[in-house]
Amino acid sequence: MKRYLLRGGRIVDPAQNRDAVADILIEKGRIAAIGENLTEQRVREKGQRTSEPVIIDLRRKIVCPGLIDMHTHLREPGFEYKETIETGSRAAAAGGFTAVACMPNTDPVNDNHSVTEYILRKARDCGIVRVYPIAAISRGSEGKILVEMGDLKEAGAVAFSDDGKPVMNSRLMRRALEYAASFGMPVISHCEDSTLSQGGLMNESFVSTELGLRGIPNAAEDIMVMRDIALADYTGTPVHIAHVSTAGAVRLIREAKARGVKVTAETAPHYFTLTDEALRGYDTKTKVNPPLRSRPDLESIKEGLRDGTIDTIASDHAPHASTDKDVEFEYAASGMVGLETSLGLSLKLVEEGILSLSDLVMKMSTNPAAILKITGGTLKEGFEADITVIDPALEWTVDVMNFRSKSRNSPFKGWRLRGKAVLTIVGGEIRYSADA
Amino acid sequence: MKLSSKDILGMKELSVGEIELILETAESFMEVSTREIKKVPTLRGKTVINLFFEPSTRTRTSFEIAAKRLSADAVNISSTTSSAVKGETLIDTARNLEAMNPDIIVIRHSCSGAPQMLAGLVKQSIINAGDGAHEHPTQALLDMLTIRQKKGRIAGLSVAIIGDIAHSRVARSNIYGLTKMGASVTVAGPSIMMPREIERMGVKVHHDMKEAVKNADIIMMLRIQLERQEVNMFPSLREYANYYCLDQKSLKWAKEDVLVMHPGPINRGVEIAPDIADGPSSVILEQVTNGVAVRMALLYLLAGGES
Repeated sequence: MKRYLLRGGRIVDPAQNRDAVADILIEKGRIAAIGENLTEQRVREKGQRTSEPVIIDLRRKIVCPGLIDMHTHLREPGFEYKETIETGSRAAAAGGFTAVACMPNTDPVNDNHSVTEYILRKARDCGIVRVYPIAAISRGSEGKILVEMGDLKEAGAVAFSDDGKPVMNSRLMRRALEYAASFGMPVISHCEDSTLSQGGLMNESFVSTELGLRGIPNAAEDIMVMRDIALADYTGTPVHIAHVSTAGAVRLIREAKARGVKVTAETAPHYFTLTDEALRGYDTKTKVNPPLRSRPDLESIKEGLRDGTIDTIASDHAPHASTDKDVEFEYAASGMVGLETSLGLSLKLVEEGILSLSDLVMKMSTNPAAILKITGGTLKEGFEADITVIDPALEWTVDVMNFRSKSRNSPFKGWRLRGKAVLTIVGGEIRYSADA
Repeated sequence: MKLSSKDILGMKELSVGEIELILETAESFMEVSTREIKKVPTLRGKTVINLFFEPSTRTRTSFEIAAKRLSADAVNISSTTSSAVKGETLIDTARNLEAMNPDIIVIRHSCSGAPQMLAGLVKQSIINAGDGAHEHPTQALLDMLTIRQKKGRIAGLSVAIIGDIAHSRVARSNIYGLTKMGASVTVAGPSIMMPREIERMGVKVHHDMKEAVKNADIIMMLRIQLERQEVNMFPSLREYANYYCLDQKSLKWAKEDVLVMHPGPINRGVEIAPDIADGPSSVILEQVTNGVAVRMALLYLLAGGES
């Protein structure tokens, strides 16, 4: 394995309260040393062998613990025409992610040992980023019978979620929270009262009135957030709320946290970047679930990120082929790709002064690692070298044809963004380099 | 003067000047339909395709007659199955039609936004003949033509639109058109049939029929679209009719010279009493007559025929 000396970057590691220029020596896939002006000699002292490390000049770059996207859809097995574990992994690396957690709504659904093992084997074979399977809560995500959570944990699943298919049965949700907690596993809840949202195509608002599209009210999300908080509170177990999109959900989570309920929450870049105004023109790339909401919701999401109510930013990367999207709005699949735009869009929050860079790294690396209880999330000597290097000044245009992802369904096509991952290192190996 | 767009997608996009141009052009075509030989050579050699993905008798026939009276060739394609079911996508259907070089494609579709999608895709003019719960601009234009003929103006009139506003493309198109032309519009119906923040479209909202029709110059009754009602949407037709059927009693609340309109097909005894539909205030059949003239005007203006 090569040795690398990452020289002169601004190291941002909120877990260690570090934000200063320093060098990092990578050896045998691990962080061998971090320090100011690691000289050649110290590099040699630290190093076990005397071979010269490859020096990478990272002046004016940000060096942070590898970004972790805790909510992606890699589509394999079953929907390889949309994405595969390999193309999704490449997209992740290009977007600055060293690890992704993938949702179980594949075909077959990841509700058993074999599918989890299949995903892990495929991920290992392509060997690009770390892939953490999230298993279903219920068999087939049908909301009826719990999966074998112990067996799935042993197979390598890191969390449980019926993402895309909300658990409508409150008793089942209670049992899932209790049973998962006994294995120390997180449950990720897609909060949507599907009896209320049924048939809905977009946020219910003045825009849906004008467009004549059936709406999904904020209450469909708020009701389920309320329920899951009540269950977590009652059972004393943790729950993680996926893709928060409403002002009400932010308020409920804030209150619950203040009361000591073990609730964590994530949002996705599109919820703090776009509103339902983007749907005018019926562009199916703006169709997503939960739907793009109104301006006050967007502002609340930002406030929730700022005050810590929302712990993580996840892409909800949902690749769809043109055959899924180039149809009437009503028939189009929901979801947008996000792995390759997530960081660029999230850096806007830093530019706007809503988050410090350190806060952002916390929400895109440290917190996801803590919630999923996986490695990474910090840059400590001796730890595996999962590192993301960001050029904060790099201006670039979102070119969907250049995506590593198999799919192109991004509403951000053509956007000018500032700041991009230029180097993604996983276990001491360079998995993406902008120069390559 | 010409229309600014190659397409007629909705009343929202049309300017006051364009609406006036269409109505004036329609007026001039009224006479053709009263001749012994109801045909002018204006659009000879032009092809109009009526692409209907939703059942329609009135609108489709009206477009076909309009095309034929202008000597255009009209081709009708009806498909009640959605493109998703049929196996060919709407985009492919449109590209195939485009390859046959028509001049105008008239489309009706159950999905809001389908005409917008085609307009951005093909070089031909697209006329929206009704898309989902979004817009039905030709209906609004024929309604406005009827109002202008009967009242001599649109500005300053008080118009009450009553029924299932949430699912009505006719309501939306009329709200855009009538408010642009200076009418004051009130919508009324049960609260569960009112879409979110409808008042932001510049209308007054009532749930009481009496309040809505009080001093109205025009009452537009909307068809209760039974096929569009969701489960648990409303209790019964009986209860609906009790509160929102236009009958002799409720008609008295309006102005004496009120016009009663309906886009059809009517549910007699549900939203409108038979004696009102057939009574002296009703202009329902004149609306149908005017529909042909309005569609002739649009085909003419879009196909760039010479008079």
